[in-house]
Amino acid sequence: MRWLLLKDLRILRRSPALVALLILYPVVLSVLIGFALSAGPDKPKVAFVSLVPPGETAVEVGGQRVDLERYQGPLFESIERVPVDCEGKTALQCEQAAIDEVESGEALAAVIIPEDFATRLGGLQTLALSGPPTIKVVYNADDPVKAAYVEDTLRARLSEANLALSSRFTEAGLSYLDRVVDGGTIDAPGTDGIKILGLRNAERIVERVRSSVTPEQRAELDRVIRFSQLARENLGFSEPLVRSLREPIRVEQVALDGGDTSLSSFAVALAAAVSLMFVTLLLAAAALALEREENTFARLVRGLVSRTSLLLEKAGLAALCSFAICLAMLAGLGLFVDLDWARLPLWLPALAAGGLAFGTLGVAVGALTREVRAASLLCVMLALPLTFLALVPSGSVEPAVYDAARFVSALFPFRPTLDALDAALNDSGGLAGPLLHLAALAVAFGALARVALRRFV
Amino acid sequence: MTTAIEPALVADGIAKRFGTREALRGVSLRADGGELVALVGPNGAGKTTLLSILAGIQSADAGNVNRPPRDIGWVPQQTALYGKLTVAENLRLFARLEKVEDPNATVAEMLALTGLDERANDLAGELSGGNRQRVNIALGLLGRQDVLLLDEPTAALDPRQRARVWEFVLGLAARGTTVVYSTHDLQEAARHAQRVVVLADGEVLFEGLPATLGDEVERAGGSHTDFEEAFVAFLRQRGH
Repeated sequence: MRWLLLKDLRILRRSPALVALLILYPVVLSVLIGFALSAGPDKPKVAFVSLVPPGETAVEVGGQRVDLERYQGPLFESIERVPVDCEGKTALQCEQAAIDEVESGEALAAVIIPEDFATRLGGLQTLALSGPPTIKVVYNADDPVKAAYVEDTLRARLSEANLALSSRFTEAGLSYLDRVVDGGTIDAPGTDGIKILGLRNAERIVERVRSSVTPEQRAELDRVIRFSQLARENLGFSEPLVRSLREPIRVEQVALDGGDTSLSSFAVALAAAVSLMFVTLLLAAAALALEREENTFARLVRGLVSRTSLLLEKAGLAALCSFAICLAMLAGLGLFVDLDWARLPLWLPALAAGGLAFGTLGVAVGALTREVRAASLLCVMLALPLTFLALVPSGSVEPAVYDAARFVSALFPFRPTLDALDAALNDSGGLAGPLLHLAALAVAFGALARVALRRFV
Repeated sequence: MTTAIEPALVADGIAKRFGTREALRGVSLRADGGELVALVGPNGAGKTTLLSILAGIQSADAGNVNRPPRDIGWVPQQTALYGKLTVAENLRLFARLEKVEDPNATVAEMLALTGLDERANDLAGELSGGNRQRVNIALGLLGRQDVLLLDEPTAALDPRQRARVWEFVLGLAARGTTVVYSTHDLQEAARHAQRVVVLADGEVLFEGLPATLGDEVERAGGSHTDFEEAFVAFLRQRGH
């Protein structure tokens, strides 16, 4: 078997175009797939116009100055801001200029902050019934995918701003309640401050005059004192209630499966699994089919090499080559993504087991197809749907479809290889289960290849 | 008292079926040491199937052969060598797989025997058809078996290349190697074979000296001017 292995390596060395293709194609494909999954879409281009006059962007909330420009930061981090030229233009013309950017396709959306935004926001804490401030969003819905993305991004960022502002208003509201209970001055825009007596002070005043009134009047005052006490106590209870209204639902996230693998780390595992699959499958299938195309299979198996040894040699050769390629690829990716090199001893069995399982699947394909071109075509036809099936997330399809996808994925080495590599690279779960799964698949596909070899000559 | 000479190759009652088609129906064959035996017959007669069973490439449904496949040299119809390896590398690889004692010496010997010394470092895929066939035959001889099976060894070769191959094969037979070969070239069969076996529809119809095939035809009322005409007339007389 050693001489056959050396022969195959020599043939590979003399086929530089094939080797280059065999290495570059899966590596480029897998890196593209991996990083397409891990990287979010580009920031949407948004034309942003604030018509609020300079110097009027701050409002008083509960006695504290809140600068609205602070809340633009998170929005600008999520978008690519398209400049709108408002120089020498009226507010209406400036708004139209932003809309023109959307219509011309320069921007996917326009966010317009109206002139009275700060005034209306400040008015929320007074009795002025001017209504809440409104931000105008204009977007291009030509491309539904982009439109949905823009809508989601803006909605998320504006929700964050809303939440931050509502916290301020809640605190302001609670400070008013304190004044109602204990008395004091409320700072309100447009006033010199509103003096509030407070329930406690009112109660004291009533108690002071209680002894100097008739018994009938005293009974009436006792009712006032009782009301004041009850009101103070109940307003005290209202504080936690009002605070909970600010953020009624809190989220506690618990990941059940897959640990806490980040998207980029998972992309590395995915890239390695895809590379391992393509290199091993194509090499094992083509190497076996080539023995038949060169007519050497019959010469070999008439006593020189057993059919089982020949299969092991081809699967081993493919696994060895893909192992080396994937290890080199991980080293390369390690320059860009933070990989835990201390886990290297776990990477090796994951790569080896995945390689062997794909190798036996490859020789089964080679034995069944018996031609290099047909074998290569079948490998590609198998590899692509297997990758997509294995990546179907639960909940994204009907339960029966998901179960079927999981079942089919479990019959081929891609999913367990991905699980093994994810566990080895990212500590996302146990490694033993996927390794055993791969060993079982290697035995099954090896047996299938051995049976298929009966009609190989 | 006479001593019976043990034949080098004996196949007895070989039968092979592919689905409903009977490729071989109880074919028997024998060849003595140093004998050249030609297998002739129309397409689909079962020549290649018989040789591949003798070589151990396929298994027979019935019958037996007196030698294991490893003790028989085999040269397939289509050249079986690696195009990306040189002539010497092909010979060395198979010499090692044959576990010969000194692979390098055997390679040198085979290169000299086939007259391919100067092409030793050429890639097999870049050789002419005739030279590829010479390497193909050399690969069949690496195990130094004294029985050699050749399946249409000169098919698709030009006359000059055919002559070189036959010069080589006749030299082997002269040194005691038993050669059984199949061919469609009846002149080649008549010229080189000491015995001819005619196969048709999986049955042996004739076995004997090439010249006696003509006698068979004449006994059955036919006529012929050469071996090829005798062969065609013989098959017609037998309903083929």
